[in-house]
Amino acid sequence: MRKFLILAAAGFVTGFAGHAFAHDMGMMEARPTVAQATPSAPNTIDINNFDFGPKVITVPVGTTITWINHDDEPHTVVSSANPRIFRSEALDTTDKFSFTFDKVGTYAYFCSIHPQMTGTVVVK
Amino acid sequence: MAKDNETGTTRRQVLQCMAWGSAGLLWTVTGGVPRASALEPGAKAAKDFTFIQVSDSHIGFNKPPNPEPDATLKEALSRIASMKQRPALMLHTGDVTQLSKPSEFDAAQGIMQTAGLETYYVPGEHDVINDDGKAFFERFGRNKKSGGWYSFNQGGVHFIGLVNVLNLKAGGLGYLGPDQIAWLGNDVKGLSASTPIVVFAHMPLWSLYPQWGWGTDDAAQALAHLKRFGSVTVLNGHIHQIMQKVEGKVTFQTARSTAFPQPTPGDGPGPGPMQIPADRLRTALGIRQIDFGPKKPSKAPGIQDSALAG
Repeated sequence: MRKFLILAAAGFVTGFAGHAFAHDMGMMEARPTVAQATPSAPNTIDINNFDFGPKVITVPVGTTITWINHDDEPHTVVSSANPRIFRSEALDTTDKFSFTFDKVGTYAYFCSIHPQMTGTVVVK
Repeated sequence: MAKDNETGTTRRQVLQCMAWGSAGLLWTVTGGVPRASALEPGAKAAKDFTFIQVSDSHIGFNKPPNPEPDATLKEALSRIASMKQRPALMLHTGDVTQLSKPSEFDAAQGIMQTAGLETYYVPGEHDVINDDGKAFFERFGRNKKSGGWYSFNQGGVHFIGLVNVLNLKAGGLGYLGPDQIAWLGNDVKGLSASTPIVVFAHMPLWSLYPQWGWGTDDAAQALAHLKRFGSVTVLNGHIHQIMQKVEGKVTFQTARSTAFPQPTPGDGPGPGPMQIPADRLRTALGIRQIDFGPKKPSKAPGIQDSALAG
């Protein structure tokens, strides 16, 4: 709770929605998870709320996967392998990135800007 | 924070200024951080060493709640002119731009120069998107030989700018890396333990909320080099809100953005821009003044955060 007490103080100091903060903090643990992405089109991975959806996708060899960023925040799609097997530029809102998987394998990837965002493409 | 000597001060603004005073006291109790001397009426600041922190200007962002981050950065910097004492320097703790575009760097640099202060930058993850920070360091870098980290001395304070937004690992948080941590150890080796230390980096140097990437994987190894110092102030951005933590003699402080707020940890599905009514936006944006008193160089500085509106 220490962190949250400090947070409450900060909210109070700034006058920045201080009252709402206190309320939200009380609710934090009970807060239901907000519904994730709308259902994906085939072979599409939607980026919503700092998450890849679906997180794991299994496709046949030769499939082209397309990532679409729906966030107000830029993201990237970068292979975790060294050297990188694929690497997008920054995807701003509604930008897309596609890659065709020609070989069987398990391809881990992440957002290089927000590395807590990870996903996997399994090619069979 | 609205100034109370402005004409047309509302009762609400006065009350908020009063809240400031008690809030400073509250921080002392909860966090063990000395209250900002600048909060005290009639404080004589003539001999203090003060400087500014701005953060997360996100020039190039063009969506709600703030399609004009240029304007709000200008407003934030305009606060400096009205300060009782001219600050010695300014720190920008990263996410200068939204997408690392040359045009965004140009615009940001132009606005930052209007402050007329010597300015020291560290990059945020938005500044290094496609080129590992090459464009950023060419423009704002202080040390072109290594990974962008550097230190300098001013006003009796040792400043250390760290870079924790490069070479990020899948599933990880911010990252400093062994080279930078070894450099830090050497950098502070010869300093007296009474030297006040100010560390500035973009991502928080403590695990504030790892689920949203709000932390730095190897921060503890870096901070181990600073344990013997009597006053260590760590200034971060990244989370677009004020939070602090005190750990022994180390005080961690995150700053507001000048562009848009983000939600409190865990509030909602992710850490994107927080939607806020236009007439409330400026209450969530701000600039920070850090004040080392004239006679207490080894003590923690006073921190004064000012919102763009009350």
